[in-house]
Amino acid sequence: MTPLLEVEDLRITFPTRHGTSHPVDGVSFSVARGELLALVGESGCGKSLTSLALLRLVPPPGQIQPGSAIRLDGTDVLGLGPEELRSIRGRRIGMIFQDPMTSLNPVFTIADQIGESVRAHQKVSKRAARARALELLQEVGIPDPTQRLDVYPHQMSGGMRQRVMIAIALASEPEMLIADEPTTALDVTVQAQILELLDGLRAARGMAVLLITHDLGIVAGRADRVAVMYAGRLVEEAATAELFARPSHPYTKGLLASVPRITGAVTRLTPIAGTVPAPTAWPAGCRFHPRCPAALPRCATDDPPALPVGNAHRMRCWLAEAGRA
Amino acid sequence: MTRWLVRRTLQAVVTFVVVTVLLFVLMRLTPGDPLERLAGDRQMSAEAVAALRHKFGIDQPITTQFTSFVAGALAGDLGVSIEHYPTKVSTLVLSRLPASLLLGGTVLLLTFGIGIALGVFQAVKRRSRADRWLTRASLTLYAMPSFWLGLVLAWFFGIRLQLLPVAQMHDPLLDPDASWLVRTGDVLRHLILPAVTLTAVSLAAVMRYQRTALLEVLRLDFVLAARARGIPERQVLWRHAWRNALFPVVGLLGLWLPMLVSGSVFVEQVFNWPGLGSLAADAVGARDYPVILGTAMLVSAQVLLGGLLADLAYYALDPRVRQA
Ligand SMILES: Nc1ncnc2c1ncn2[C@@H]1O[C@H](COP(=O)(O)OP(=O)(O)O)[C@@H](O)[C@H]1O
Ligand SMILES: [Mg+2]
Repeated sequence: MTPLLEVEDLRITFPTRHGTSHPVDGVSFSVARGELLALVGESGCGKSLTSLALLRLVPPPGQIQPGSAIRLDGTDVLGLGPEELRSIRGRRIGMIFQDPMTSLNPVFTIADQIGESVRAHQKVSKRAARARALELLQEVGIPDPTQRLDVYPHQMSGGMRQRVMIAIALASEPEMLIADEPTTALDVTVQAQILELLDGLRAARGMAVLLITHDLGIVAGRADRVAVMYAGRLVEEAATAELFARPSHPYTKGLLASVPRITGAVTRLTPIAGTVPAPTAWPAGCRFHPRCPAALPRCATDDPPALPVGNAHRMRCWLAEAGRA
Repeated sequence: MTRWLVRRTLQAVVTFVVVTVLLFVLMRLTPGDPLERLAGDRQMSAEAVAALRHKFGIDQPITTQFTSFVAGALAGDLGVSIEHYPTKVSTLVLSRLPASLLLGGTVLLLTFGIGIALGVFQAVKRRSRADRWLTRASLTLYAMPSFWLGLVLAWFFGIRLQLLPVAQMHDPLLDPDASWLVRTGDVLRHLILPAVTLTAVSLAAVMRYQRTALLEVLRLDFVLAARARGIPERQVLWRHAWRNALFPVVGLLGLWLPMLVSGSVFVEQVFNWPGLGSLAADAVGARDYPVILGTAMLVSAQVLLGGLLADLAYYALDPRVRQA
């Protein structure tokens, strides 16, 4: 069976004053129906742009380069006209964003905004859309949903607003949900609730999820597969259990080591040394080599391809070839 | 809401009183008085002038003059014009009001209608060739003095091409029995040049306000979120983005509302438009204190009303203000 979503060699460029920027530079992955794929990486590695590209929402003057391919259920998303695109946005792929405080329009009520999304894809009356909005608020676990219908976004907390965003994304029963750091802006306790809600909705609806995060800690026990992104590329990809059992790329190991863990009374936190390079000037060879604790001489000159390191487990690192991973 | 409105209205009333007192005092501090000129022009005897001074009360101490002015004003009487004696100030002002309202209303409608449309267009096509040319063209017009542009337009369309009337609001030779339609058409023809002049010089401000405000909103997350859920682009632009980019423009409208009444002194003079602007200008020239004071009070009331209306509009448009 073909995957629901296939991304092949996705490249996004921006013209800048310092030359062309390549924030997403050859990303390939696929998501099966009902699967939860986690896309993990430090801030600035190109996660959000990748997710925006799936809906063709890369902000101008950014451009998806020819040669890139995005297929939804076999349909070439990059070849679609505006109306066909609209039938994917929100209808087949829903999206929620990092900051629920700014993702809702401040001048419209909750019912207005959910109803609008319902009516964007279905020919139903305003009254029916409102009834549907109420159902959705119930489904995302908002207390007193009837009272919340006519409330404005600023009258709700961040967690409640994120639930509303989820309700909006679910309005047209999409086959896939993109969640771009959906809990980063929220309190820790609220984070857990939102993640639980997403887990539940995914199970109930059999919806595929692309969960974008910089926090490997929320991935374990939740994602089916993990793709680790660094400097505009995927550097490692494996089933979640496999990745946590045998993290292979030095960057992944670094990320795992920097997940805050409470060991007895001591909190260990080992951030990866150095910073992400700028997308206008990626390092030659392996892009991680300047920060890599295990770099070989050839890493500075030769760019490693994706190499197998196990069952459906691949990474972009010469260590795979050396068999030392 | 009611408490807020009451407080806001009281504030406006107090400001109005203070402004009126200031107007009264400032006017008396400027050199010259209404009868000096009369005396010079018509070679009246000193006794006759003194008698006139006494008649108009200008020989009284300023405090006495002020109390009698306030007493009159409270009774709705703003006094009589000295220049157009014995016409009442209120009669003069009311006779000029319709012309001012017509010109000011037309200009506000055109300026905001066209300015908003062009500003939105520029924001959507930001950094395009059309955007840049519209900016240049509107700023060029903005930089022109209104009376100068008025004179140029009057010369070109009125004198060279003989297309449009350049003065007054009615054709004096028009058959007095002409139909309603003909008379309206005549007024509209007279309206074109002053209205176009004033619109042209003020358009750039509205365009810039609208362009900047919309560009700021278009960058916000909720616009991206609206697109991401498949809302049609037209709806994203007008319902989501523009609704939120309206606030600065509403503020500007409040600020400019006095234009409805005062028009532009210069443009009314150039086109001999029988409005309040030219009335005020003539009154200043003649030191016609009661008329100056009457028109100035009307304008300051308009300024305050404009601010009040803008606040009310914010209140209606923005739920965050409503809750605050
Ligand atoms: N609108 C834009 N214009 C120019 N460059 C951009 C823009 N958006 C993102 N980028 C570049 O793409 C890089 C990756 O951005 P993003 O996808 O938002 O990263 P992430 O979501 O992983 O934190 C950024 O570091 C920035 O250099
Ligand atoms: Mg991001």
